[in-house]
Amino acid sequence: MILEGLEGKTVFITGGTGFVGTALIERILRTLPNTDVVLLIRGGRRSSPEARFQREILKNNCFDSLRDRIGSKEFDALVQERIRVVSGDVSKDGLGLSDKDLAILGECDIAIHSAATVSFDAPLDSAVEVNLLGPSRVAKTFNDAPSSRENRHFIAVSTAYVAGSRRGDAPEISLANNPLYPDVNWRAEVDAARQLRDEIERKSRDPKNLEEFQRRSRREVGSAGVAILAERCEKLRKEWVRTKMVELGRARASSLGWPDAYAYSKALGEIALSEAVLDIGVSVVRPSIIESSLIQPFPGWIRGFRMAEPIIISFAKGLLKEFPGVPEGVIDVIPVDLVVSAILAVAAKGADERTNYYHVASGSVNPLRYESLVNMVRDYFQQNPLYDDKGQPISLPKWSSPGRSKVQNEVNRAAKVLGVLEDVSSLLPLRGSRLNFTKDLESKRLEVERALTYVELYGSYAECEANYLVDHLDALKTHLSDTDLEYFNFDPRQVVWSEFVSKVHLPSVVEHSRVKTHPEKTSTSSKRRSERQLRSILTDEPRLVAFDLENTVIAANVVDSFAYLATRRLKGSEKVALVASLLAEAPSLLSLDRKDRGEFLRYFYRRYENAESELLKEDSWSLLNEYLLTKAFPDAIWRVRQHRRLGHKTVLITGALDFVVRPLEPLFDEIVSAEMTEFDNGTLTGQVPGTPPIGEARAEILSQLARKYGLSDDQTIAYADGTSDLPMLERAGTAVCVNPEVKLLNIARRRGWRIENWSRAKGASSIYLPIAKVNQ
Amino acid sequence: MTSRPGFVLEVDRSTPPILMWHGNSYRLERFPKGARILYPPEPQEPIKDPKSAIAQALESPTGDSKPLSALLHKGMRLVIAFDDVSLPLPQMQAPDVRQMVIEAVLEKAAEHGVDDVYLIAALALHRRMTEGELRHALGARVYDAFHPRKRLLQHDAEDPSNLVDLGTTEHGEVVEINKLAAEADLLVYVNINLVSMDGGHKSVATGLASYRSIRHHHNVKTMVHSKSFMDMHNSELHTSNWRMGRHIASQGVKIFQIETTLNTDTFPKPFEFLSKREWEWNLKDRTAFIASSTSLQASPDWISRDIMHKIRSPYKLTGINAGEVEAVHAKTLDKVFSQQLVNVEGQSDILTMGLPFVGPYNVNSIMNPILVYCLALGYFFNMYIGKPLVRPGGVVIISHPNKAEFDPAFHPSYIDFYEQVLTETTDPKEIEKRFEESFANDPWYIHLYRKGNAYHGVHPFYMWYWGAHALDHLGGVIILGGDPKATRRLGFQPASTMMDAIEMAKSVVGPDPSITHLHSPPLVMAKVI
Repeated sequence: MILEGLEGKTVFITGGTGFVGTALIERILRTLPNTDVVLLIRGGRRSSPEARFQREILKNNCFDSLRDRIGSKEFDALVQERIRVVSGDVSKDGLGLSDKDLAILGECDIAIHSAATVSFDAPLDSAVEVNLLGPSRVAKTFNDAPSSRENRHFIAVSTAYVAGSRRGDAPEISLANNPLYPDVNWRAEVDAARQLRDEIERKSRDPKNLEEFQRRSRREVGSAGVAILAERCEKLRKEWVRTKMVELGRARASSLGWPDAYAYSKALGEIALSEAVLDIGVSVVRPSIIESSLIQPFPGWIRGFRMAEPIIISFAKGLLKEFPGVPEGVIDVIPVDLVVSAILAVAAKGADERTNYYHVASGSVNPLRYESLVNMVRDYFQQNPLYDDKGQPISLPKWSSPGRSKVQNEVNRAAKVLGVLEDVSSLLPLRGSRLNFTKDLESKRLEVERALTYVELYGSYAECEANYLVDHLDALKTHLSDTDLEYFNFDPRQVVWSEFVSKVHLPSVVEHSRVKTHPEKTSTSSKRRSERQLRSILTDEPRLVAFDLENTVIAANVVDSFAYLATRRLKGSEKVALVASLLAEAPSLLSLDRKDRGEFLRYFYRRYENAESELLKEDSWSLLNEYLLTKAFPDAIWRVRQHRRLGHKTVLITGALDFVVRPLEPLFDEIVSAEMTEFDNGTLTGQVPGTPPIGEARAEILSQLARKYGLSDDQTIAYADGTSDLPMLERAGTAVCVNPEVKLLNIARRRGWRIENWSRAKGASSIYLPIAKVNQ
Repeated sequence: MTSRPGFVLEVDRSTPPILMWHGNSYRLERFPKGARILYPPEPQEPIKDPKSAIAQALESPTGDSKPLSALLHKGMRLVIAFDDVSLPLPQMQAPDVRQMVIEAVLEKAAEHGVDDVYLIAALALHRRMTEGELRHALGARVYDAFHPRKRLLQHDAEDPSNLVDLGTTEHGEVVEINKLAAEADLLVYVNINLVSMDGGHKSVATGLASYRSIRHHHNVKTMVHSKSFMDMHNSELHTSNWRMGRHIASQGVKIFQIETTLNTDTFPKPFEFLSKREWEWNLKDRTAFIASSTSLQASPDWISRDIMHKIRSPYKLTGINAGEVEAVHAKTLDKVFSQQLVNVEGQSDILTMGLPFVGPYNVNSIMNPILVYCLALGYFFNMYIGKPLVRPGGVVIISHPNKAEFDPAFHPSYIDFYEQVLTETTDPKEIEKRFEESFANDPWYIHLYRKGNAYHGVHPFYMWYWGAHALDHLGGVIILGGDPKATRRLGFQPASTMMDAIEMAKSVVGPDPSITHLHSPPLVMAKVI
């Protein structure tokens, strides 16, 4: 029936880059040789629809078996012949189609709308634009497109959860005809959502809020310069707006009896669709929770990290001690290939006069009890445990079927404790490998927070006690021929849950989640990643490599260099007095440094006023030998030379004074440092004219030097240790953080920057105070 | 009273535990019955009046040479080169023998109206000496007279403007040495011959040479064929140096060699017990041992290191010879051997040794793993004439903490050698082939060698080659009490007790092994027959 029903037809698909959409395209391509496809794809910020099609759809492993079977050349030809991509956007009226593309749409026989904002915590307005307005908008455009075709058919992919948090049987009928649903004017909802958006945007610009964003961004990135602070600030504002819109969406949904903005917007979308005036036939397919495939294209195929997976993985990792949910409740799961089969069967059968609704759900005919799912998961991970960082298997807690609120409280508490620990650690003056524990702390906190969100979001699905009837689906099955049954069997009864969960679904989930399934200590993949990173840094292509000095190459700073030089020619007691006075000043110096590095340097450098420059130049040699070298990181010095051996240009960019760093000249191709002017009598003025090479100035210097050597910013590498170097690190093609402080460490991890933990040579005599040695 | 000779003790039930160096400290170790302990001879009686001995040596030279005063005349340029801080070990109590000799030479020069005088520390590729070290070696009077006038120099093997190419030997070895020294009217070399490897033609041909020149004998091939390099007649290292030295003489460089020998009176009063035979320790010695070893072990490394490096040895002059290089050196060697040599019958399966806190290359600094390797397999292993104390395929057990600690100012290239080279291979030949050149020519190391106080970039390689003969000869090396990671990095095995170490050695040399322990201090050399 299906093969014949779709023979010679052209199918228009939205949401091709999604889970269902990708499977749909693959199935048509593989099993329906005489059916063509037109895909609506939105152009990304950087990529064209065609590029997205190639990258996000065809590269997916969904197509692997077909490509392997017929060869990639043949495969490309097949795609070329049968799939066309048109550019458009379901959130725009008329889908943003060009006239030419509109004509293509008009010549389609069937339109399957599977595009949706599936994230359950979508902001209210975007859920409304896409999920609420989307179906009727696509149907209307399809309806109005000039066409020579007859019996055109629009199929909306909705969700069984439009039934909401109601208990008992949910029939396959329009929500508009169901007395259990409140009479909501969807147009008013749309207006309200748009207005709320405006309001929140306005609120986010309140001086009080802006101040708060500023304060937080300063805490996150420190004295990284105006540009970066501003950027971070704007990002925080956008995040705030989003969070508010998510909250508003959830609140509005639950006030109307839906678990979240997703179900709410989907439900109103169905109602809007049913009110649209259309000549074409309409069907609505409502799948329940879609999970990995049962058989096609291969057992366990899954796209993206979907709803139950994060919870399962959190549990297996021991983060979530409990699964929230009612033990005897039914968790309604349906494999994706069954959904695809059902959609294609609906398409082949054609539309009825009246809109038809189909549930694709398992709960009413082949229920998976919540308790048995949890047991299957437990059993599976008991036999195939995940491993922690130390290579120990993670043991699983026993399930005590707690309510959602209890689990939430538990996770909440954990998140709070971890958050406090993290805050405390960021206040400690730690760097480098001593901060490794904060990495665990941060990732633990993030994971716990994620687990918390999932519990919040999906908990209601685990507690859902609606029973989705599948009478229409069963009736549809009677139309299937024997061949159809082989390729398009959508009967939920065929799923043997214990087999599906432990042999198909969980292995696939584990594989996708990149967790440790073997007891090695450091995962080889991270080791390999680090090696790859290093190879890309130590490439034999031309590069400009910039190094910061303090705490990147040498664990010293302008203050102790000064103390050394100042004490070099003093007597014992005078030395001690000078260092003591510096120590007493340390707190105020530190806080000035944190606030504005440039100001700090100028203030501090005044101390060199009237110093004899010749003497300082001479003393800088002993500064290097007696002090700087013992404080240097041998790995850093080695790395500089590795770069030079590869023909890279190396440059030291430092706020330190020129005569202090002069002995380092042979190490680098070039040194950019602060230059102090001299009086006519050869003494120093204590003044550094011009902009000292710090903060944002460094980024500019990096670009200028790159141009000088005929290189682009992408061909630069920057090594630095603090957030004040962020402008340079961001400008550089490759950033490397050396012994980063907490703030930079967190940023570096997020951006995937290479982190080096370099230390001084072990055994070098401990110098507690930067005082020059007395000569024997 | 004449000093007692050295001897070999066979351990029996009455033998007390034996003193063993262990880096900055020392411990007592019990040896299995039948093991042999090689005890050094006691320090020889010193020359009663060193001043007149020096004067006499300068005026009645050895070999084909005129007396010093006959070589001095007004208007000439005199260059006095002297051994650097690597000798003697530990540094000797003031006055240093170099100071005494140089003062005598300078007096003579002054008598003859010579005022164009330079002093040069013969560093070869060693680190530059610090002001404190120079003052100690030369005395404040000489230092203050020469340094401010920039007439106290340190040889710079990387200064193209002050090197002269004297051509090649008949074996094609490049001879390139310090120009100022080579072109002087007279080059006086003041040496301290602590061990038999020092002195002779090696003083000038190595001490004042450039990397281009030194590489001809400081390489794996030469070192494997120096059996041992403490025995110049069987040392390829010396053969090459002698060729170069003769070539230098043939090029008209006039050298007046002054060689001195010291007795082995190594430790001052509080540490005297270190050089005593254990069964002769009195109550004071025992107390001193317990007090010092416990406090050294309880102190942080850098404190115990500091304490040990502050020790100044009461070494005394036992001989001085001046004149023509080869004749002088022959006499010097006789003197060195008479102080240090002990006859030993036959080789053993296992050789044990405790390594002290100092070797030639870590004066006032840290003994890093590469120096541990070199001191054990380069120096101590080679303290033989005839054949090694341990049989081919035997095992050496070294007692030292062997921590991966480095002095970044003195040994920067060692750090990189340890991290970048030894992680790839420990095979001397491969190391030489793959890495030597890049380290030797690294501008940063050259910069630190010339301007700082760093050993030359190639120096850790030489340390590694120094042990090449031992590596070739041995079946295994175990470091007793060595840091496991650092020990394995060297390609050796760590052991925590002597009994463990011996058990481990058995898997290489077989059951019931014979053991010889090289007792130090003081220095001892074995004539194995």
